[in-house]
Formats: sequence, C-alpha cells, structure tokens
Amino acid sequence: MPAFIISRVLQALPVMLAVALISFAMFAYVGDPVAIMLGQDYTQAQRDALIRDLGLDQPFFVQFGTFLLNAVQGEFGLSYRLSRPVIELIAERAPATLELALTAAFLALLVGVPMGIYTGLYRNSWLSRFFLTFSLIGVSLPTFLIGILLILCFSVWLGWLPSFGRGDTVQLGWWSTGFLTASGLKALILPSITLGLFQMTLIMRLVRAEMLEVLRTDYIKFARARGLTNRAVNFGHALKNTLVPVITITGLQLGAIIAFAIVTETVFQWPGMGLLFIQSVGAADIPVMAAYLILIAALFVTINLIVDLLYFAVDPRLRVGGAKGH
Amino acid sequence: MRRLGLAAAAALLALGIGAADARTVRWSASGDPNTMDPHSQNLGTVTMVLQQIYDPLIHRNADLTLRPGLALSWTQVEPNRWRFVLRQGVKFHEGEDFTADDVVFSITRALQPTSNYGIFVDSVDRAEKVDDFTVDVITKRPDPILPNKFASVYIMSKSWSERHNATRPQNTRQREEMHTVRATNGTGAFRLASREPDVRTVLRRNDAWFGWNEPGQTPGNVTEIVYRPIGSDATRIAALLSGEVDFVLDPPLQDLTRLRNAGNIRVLEGPEVRTIFLAMDVNRDELLYSDVRGRNPLKDLRVRQALYHAIDIQAIHRTTMRGQSIVTGTFFPPQVNGYTEAEDVRLPYDPARARALLAEAGFPNGFGVTLDCPNNRYINDEQICQAIAAMWTRVGVRTSVKAQPLGPFFAQIQRDDTSIYLLGWGVPTLDALYSFQSLLATRNGAQGDGIWNYGRYSNPRMDALVERMKTQSGEARMEAIREALRIYREDVPHIPLHHQMIPWAMRNNITIPHAANNQPYFRWMVVN
Repeated sequence: MPAFIISRVLQALPVMLAVALISFAMFAYVGDPVAIMLGQDYTQAQRDALIRDLGLDQPFFVQFGTFLLNAVQGEFGLSYRLSRPVIELIAERAPATLELALTAAFLALLVGVPMGIYTGLYRNSWLSRFFLTFSLIGVSLPTFLIGILLILCFSVWLGWLPSFGRGDTVQLGWWSTGFLTASGLKALILPSITLGLFQMTLIMRLVRAEMLEVLRTDYIKFARARGLTNRAVNFGHALKNTLVPVITITGLQLGAIIAFAIVTETVFQWPGMGLLFIQSVGAADIPVMAAYLILIAALFVTINLIVDLLYFAVDPRLRVGGAKGH
Repeated sequence: MRRLGLAAAAALLALGIGAADARTVRWSASGDPNTMDPHSQNLGTVTMVLQQIYDPLIHRNADLTLRPGLALSWTQVEPNRWRFVLRQGVKFHEGEDFTADDVVFSITRALQPTSNYGIFVDSVDRAEKVDDFTVDVITKRPDPILPNKFASVYIMSKSWSERHNATRPQNTRQREEMHTVRATNGTGAFRLASREPDVRTVLRRNDAWFGWNEPGQTPGNVTEIVYRPIGSDATRIAALLSGEVDFVLDPPLQDLTRLRNAGNIRVLEGPEVRTIFLAMDVNRDELLYSDVRGRNPLKDLRVRQALYHAIDIQAIHRTTMRGQSIVTGTFFPPQVNGYTEAEDVRLPYDPARARALLAEAGFPNGFGVTLDCPNNRYINDEQICQAIAAMWTRVGVRTSVKAQPLGPFFAQIQRDDTSIYLLGWGVPTLDALYSFQSLLATRNGAQGDGIWNYGRYSNPRMDALVERMKTQSGEARMEAIREALRIYREDVPHIPLHHQMIPWAMRNNITIPHAANNQPYFRWMVVN
C-alpha cells in the first residue's frame, strides 16, 4: 500500500510540472499585465521599470524557473490586480467553492442514485420515462443557461431565492461558512442545483445502466432462486456491485465540479476560486492564474489517488490481486 | 437600561439621525475596485468608490463644473504658482484635523513614480505650505487647467499615512501588502465601514461632512451604501428586477427596454465623456494587415476620406446602438473645454463618393484590410466593428474584423501591431489638451505625448499647437484648440463615430443626478 501511494505521487509530479509549464506558456497570450497596471498614462521609462521589476524582461525559462522555485516554497507572489498575496486570496475563496462543490456533489448523489435504481428496476413505468426525459435536459442544456433560467424563475418571478452572492457567512477560524445562516443556505440552493444537475443525470444514467447489467447476471438469478426478498436482492447484491464505477465517476466528477464551478460562480457571482480565476484572466493577473491552475491540477491528482484507494475498500478482488502486483 | 436607551435616542435626535431615517442603498456594477489607495489606480471602478470617501481640493457639480471642496478658493497668483485657500474645521474620519500639511503630503504622494495619477499632477513641480490653511502649488510651466486636474487628486491625512507606513502609493512590485489597499481615512461624505474585495463594500454616512449644508445641490439622505459587484449582465439585471439591488451603474443596452417596461424601475440616460473612433496606421510604408504590397493606402488622405464616407453612422446609431449614442464628427464631447461646434461636422455618408475617391487614389477594386477591435471594453464594440466591416466591404474595402477581449487587444495595439483599430477615449481632465496630447501628438518619449497614438500620426503643426495648449491660456489657447480641431477634421487622422451614452438603472424611489463622467455622486442621492 505505501509503495502504491508513493508510486502514484511520483507519477503525479510530471503531470503537475506539465500543467505548470503549459499554463505558464499560455500567459503570453492572455494580454499584457503591464499595460493593465499602468493604465492610460505613463512614460516609456515607467513602463520599462515596471517590466524589469516584475521580471518580465527575462527569458521564458528563467521566469518559469523562478516561478517553480517560489511555488515549491508555497510562495506565489502578489496578485497584480489586487496587490495582495495570492495564497491569501485563494484561501479566502476556497471555502465558498468547496462548500458549493460538496453540496452539488452530495445533491447529485442523493438524488441521482435513487433515481438510477428506480429507473433500473422499473424500466417501463411512466415515472422512469419522466426521469429519463428530465435527465436529457440536464445533459444537454449548458450550465449558464440552467443558472439563468433558475434565476428567472425563482428570483425574478417568484422572488423566493437570492439571485447572486453567498448570503451571510460565519467565520470559523479562517474558514467562512454559509451553512450556518438562513440566508447562506438559501443562497446555496440555486447554484448547487445548477452545478450538480449534470452530475446528477450522469450518475442516474450510470447507476441505471449498471443495474440493468447486473440484474441480468446469474448470481442475481440464483439469489432470487434462493428465495431472498426483492429488497435483499436489489440492494444487497445488485446495488453493491454497481458501486465501483459509480465511485470512480463520482470521484472524478468531484474534481470536475470544483474546476468547472467557474461558469456557475460567474452566473451567480459566487465569491469562490472560479470567479477569482475569471476576474484574473480579465486583468492578465498571472500569479493568481498560475496558482489556481496548479492547485486544480493538484486537486485532480489527489482525488484520483483517493479514488484508487477507495477501490481497495470496495472491491475485494483488488486487495488480493494488488498484493501480488498482478 | 431603559435610561440608557433614552439617552441614546436623545443623542441620536441631537445628531439628527433617527432609526426611521436609516436609508440603505444597495448598489451594483460589473467590476470591483482593485484597491482603496487613492493615488494608485486611475480607473473608473476605483474612483466610483473612493470619491465617496475622499475629498479633492476642488469638487465637481453633477454637470462637472467646479465647486469648492477642501479648498475654498484657488487663484493663479503667478504664471507658475497656484494658491489654494483651505477650508477650516474639517476632520478626517479617524479624527485628525485637516491642515495644509495634509495637502502638501497628498500632492507629493500623487507625484511618486508608483502613482497612477501622474496625469493630474504632470505639470506640478512641488507643493508648499504658506500657513496652516494656505498652500501654493508651483508648476514646471504655466498650467491654465490645473484646477480641472486637481478635481481628481484626493487628499489623505499625513499623520495617518505615516502611522500606517503608507507614504507612497501602493506598489504591486513590492512583496508586501500595504495598509491603504484595504483601509481608508478621508474627509468625505461617506466612510468605509467594511470591505471584502469582490464581494461586498459597505460605506456609512459621515454626518460631519462639510458639504451637507453647502448651497447649490440638494443634499442626499442615504445613510448606508452597500456595494456588491455582479459580473454577469443577466444576473445583475435579475437582481435589480427581483429587488435585491436598488441601483445598477452599467445596465446592458439590450435590457433597457425591458427595464423601462418593468414598472418599478427607472432608467436614467445621459451622455458620457467618451468618444468612440477608428484610428489608422498612417506611418508604415506597407500595412501589416492588408493585401496591398509596397504601399500604405491609409497614408493617402483620399482613402481615409473614402473609408469615412462609406460609414452609415445613422444606421449604427439606430441599430447597433439602439439610439444610445451621440453621433459626432470630432473626438471629444461638448462637456470638454475646447469643444467647438463648428468643427463637429462629419463627412456625409456617401458610398458613391467613397468608391470614386478609392478609384482616384488608385484602388478601383478596393483592397483588403483587418480591423482590430475589443469585444468587452466599450458599449457594443464588436458589433460596431462588424457593421463597419460590412459597410466598407460594400464599397470595395474587404474588411475582416479581429475582435478580442481587452487584455490581448490592448497588448497588441500598444505594440503598434495594427492597421486599423477601434478605440474609445474618455477625458478625465475635461480639457481638450488631454485628447490631443495622448492621441495625436508625435510620440517622443515625453510624459503623455502620443502615448495612445498607435497609428503614429505625426504632423508638426499639430505638435506645435499641442505645445501651445500646454502653456498658453485664454483666447490664444482657445485659438490653438480650434485650429487643431480643424486639422483633425480636414486631415482625417481618425474616423470619429460617436460619444457613448451611459444609462443608469435604479428603483423608482431613488433620484440621483446623472453625471457624464459615469460617477454616481451618492451625496446627492435621495431615497424615498
């Protein structure tokens, strides 16, 4: 097991390095931070001085090397746009994104799995057909449109829920949470539905397909022949065996939810990391963009690792096979 | 306990503010100020919050004329010396007394190289304290429009800045965060109560502000301002319609009709001091982005005139801008000192004349060219470019539009890497010099000269006139401006399009004077 973890971490390093290199190379095309920082009026001398101070006059690989060296020490510098330490900015925004992503993922699982089971067991009921049609909407409509439609319905027409922001938050140490206030919880509803809808339909369809697959297998027939209750067959035998791919997909999708919360955060002015990233792109705020992309890469790598470890817990075959190294 | 309550109520009454008078206005726009430092970033989004908190020596009325601020009077006692007599008895929000030392300190601070407000003190050599309430500003050359510029220079407390180690404007290059990035201490009508960047900024009324009882403008009754930026247009408008926001500074044009029909929303419209125009590379011998080899068609006046004649500006006004623009033949609007109506004349829309001029210049079959355009900087910028490209193509100039977000767009044109580009130009000093100097003077390395002249237009006569505008005053200066405007009209260094209109949207119970610099003056906002 420790050997397995170490090998995965070692595999992750080149991935992170590649992400850093690619994102850094991209920055040449997002615009000129110097122009944005100087505004309308400056002299060539001021411009040259700023370029020198920011180290932008050095060759690409020197800049990249300096960046890596600092990043390894956890030093991402000062945001060009907000003149504040990047780490501090990201730490301020992370709770908002993580709370939103976890709520969305939780929602997707809580609704998606039962819907999947139901549609798998009762393939021809009208409710199943409704669920399937409904899930098409989740898969086919783009996130921003869903968000705007929800805002139109529940904020503008009905006036029930806030259209933007995070409501009131409570500070628990450095973590700001919206879970503890009524307005914070209300503000969470629309964005988490918007963000979780796609995952929900995905999980539902996955569970359904797996259930259909498993229900056809011999051991289910045998279980039924043994006279077990439907409940024991469906949940004890069938559902358990559908969980492996569901865990993989959910895990990977959690990373995706965090990374692609950008769109939802923009629509709902959710003060998370995604919104920070978009605002930074607009201002060519290279330090923030670099830190964000590396962070997201690290997050994906970590989640993949956790998913791999969960396999050991769920699938007994891996425990035996893994020890022998295939 | 009860006595305490009574005492508090009495104290509140004595101050003239009761609970019933608490009036909060919830305000939104797309961008958040990126600093609270008053001399760091010369950006509209920064100013819109800071001007509520800090006072300059000279204030502006809503029609942008000047009125006394922290200075009661100002006179040019010598050609190179302006004297300011200061207001007495003013206190900063944290209790410091306002004196001449603060003025000298603030002007000196704005002169630091890390300040982005250099344009407003470009002619200043130094500031001198005469006595506690008189300050002299010594200029490097006679500067007739210094008061106009000083309406944008905010006054900070010297002792407060020194205590917080913020005697220079914030500098991103430093590896530390400065106190002034998040904290303020002004003398203005509102004080900063709390701030979460990009999320929420709360301002509270400063009842001690000297301006509440000044004649001239009806004072407002807002006691609290809550600013929350919303980047997405649709969400910002939804928040206004659903009543979560009271005032939106930048409603998108396509939503105006809907807002007007909403019943409880008022849309206030007015001109902005910003002009949209096309500028052309008139310097290179061969254009970078054209199919003409060996010569630059845009160097030929007839070609520039042809492109001008080919634009149906009324169609753009009607369709692209939905009536929200003021068509112009010059490059700054009437609010700017030096504006001359006689020179505000367009070449008429005349496609036949355009074709004839092109043929005359040796391009009977036209030519191909790329028009560079931002797509998120000005109102409907990309659509304007698309419309113009179609009009030019119709007379034979096959135009392709290259539209980009403002980041890459400005980076590109600032390398002179363009053949024709669309630009919008605002005039914060409200004086013609600013436009002539930045856009049309030959770029020579001096502060401000030609720094936004990416077509590299260069005309010795224009340069001479710009020099005269810098130093002369009175009729001689007006004469220089008029001549420069005539050259602008006849020489076609740009193709002017229109002045932008700026709509503000608010709930029905709010009144506020519209200001052409797009600055909401909350001190004059009344909430019923």
